[in-house]
Amino acid sequence: MKHIVKILSLLVAISAFWIGLLQAAIVPRSYTWLLPIYFVVSLGCYGLLMVGIGLMQFPTCPQEAVLLQQDIAEAKDFFKHKGVDVGSD
Amino acid sequence: MADQNETKGEEGKHKYSIIVPTYNERLNIALIVYLIFKHLRDVDFEIIVVDDGSPDGTQEIVKQLQHLYGEDRILLRARAKKLGLGTAYIHGLKHATGDFVVIMDADLSHHPKYLPSFIKKQLETNASIVTGTRYVKGGGVHGWNLMRKLTSRGANVLAQTLLWPGVSDLTGSFRLYKKSVLEDVISSCVSKGYVFQMEMIVRATRKGYQIEEVPITFVDRVFGTSKLGGSEIVEYLKGLVYLLLTT
Repeated sequence: MKHIVKILSLLVAISAFWIGLLQAAIVPRSYTWLLPIYFVVSLGCYGLLMVGIGLMQFPTCPQEAVLLQQDIAEAKDFFKHKGVDVGSD
Repeated sequence: MADQNETKGEEGKHKYSIIVPTYNERLNIALIVYLIFKHLRDVDFEIIVVDDGSPDGTQEIVKQLQHLYGEDRILLRARAKKLGLGTAYIHGLKHATGDFVVIMDADLSHHPKYLPSFIKKQLETNASIVTGTRYVKGGGVHGWNLMRKLTSRGANVLAQTLLWPGVSDLTGSFRLYKKSVLEDVISSCVSKGYVFQMEMIVRATRKGYQIEEVPITFVDRVFGTSKLGGSEIVEYLKGLVYLLLTT
């Protein structure tokens, strides 16, 4: 089934649960009315948290730039000996 | 050849077609070819250069490389003008004689030294697609400032939340495909640019293909070129919504 259908089904299920809560009044209604807002806000916070964590843990590889320069030098040298004119960057 | 089969096991039975789209990559294409030959010594492969009429002499260099390495190892399948990445892959695919296809960038942000790990991963898992990821331990990026990392991370979190793509690096374009899988997936993709790369991997996930990841390092040498303006972000968001609704 298409992905959007999965997402919509999930939203429908959550909405049904919410409406059920409203009708059953296990939790005070005034509180229940605000649940969707809490849900959206926590989703947003979770997203920001993931971005922040990802940013802090962002893998970097400065040594790779050095290795690359070595590879480039090696390759240029090879081509010089083979008579292939590769010019310059 | 017999030795190859005995010592290398399954590798001897497969051929890898490496498609490299180029535009003005006179120096880089030579470097890439050298590095591929260096790192894939006992592997049967061919390099398919799809050049879009580069004015800087890229095709002349490729011809010299053909002279050096053999026309059966380096194929030049050029096009008249810049026609886009997706069609470059399709064009390259038509000439691919391997049972596996590798796609990679020509600007050396994708280092051929990772090719053996792609091949190994595929042989171990029999995956349909092996994709390189920059975002896991063992991988990484060099040459990105904080802003660039932030947008990349934000874009990734958004895409993960909306699309559940099953891979950690959606916009990466360093990938190994089973040839039949690439043919199947590419025929159903219509986007352009990096959204195209996203569409490929998302469609593959939806079709149930097994996708494995290997860490790669990405050295961005295109310093100063701001590839992330406001319009890029809008294009990305539009692409996300398109993928959300149509896959």
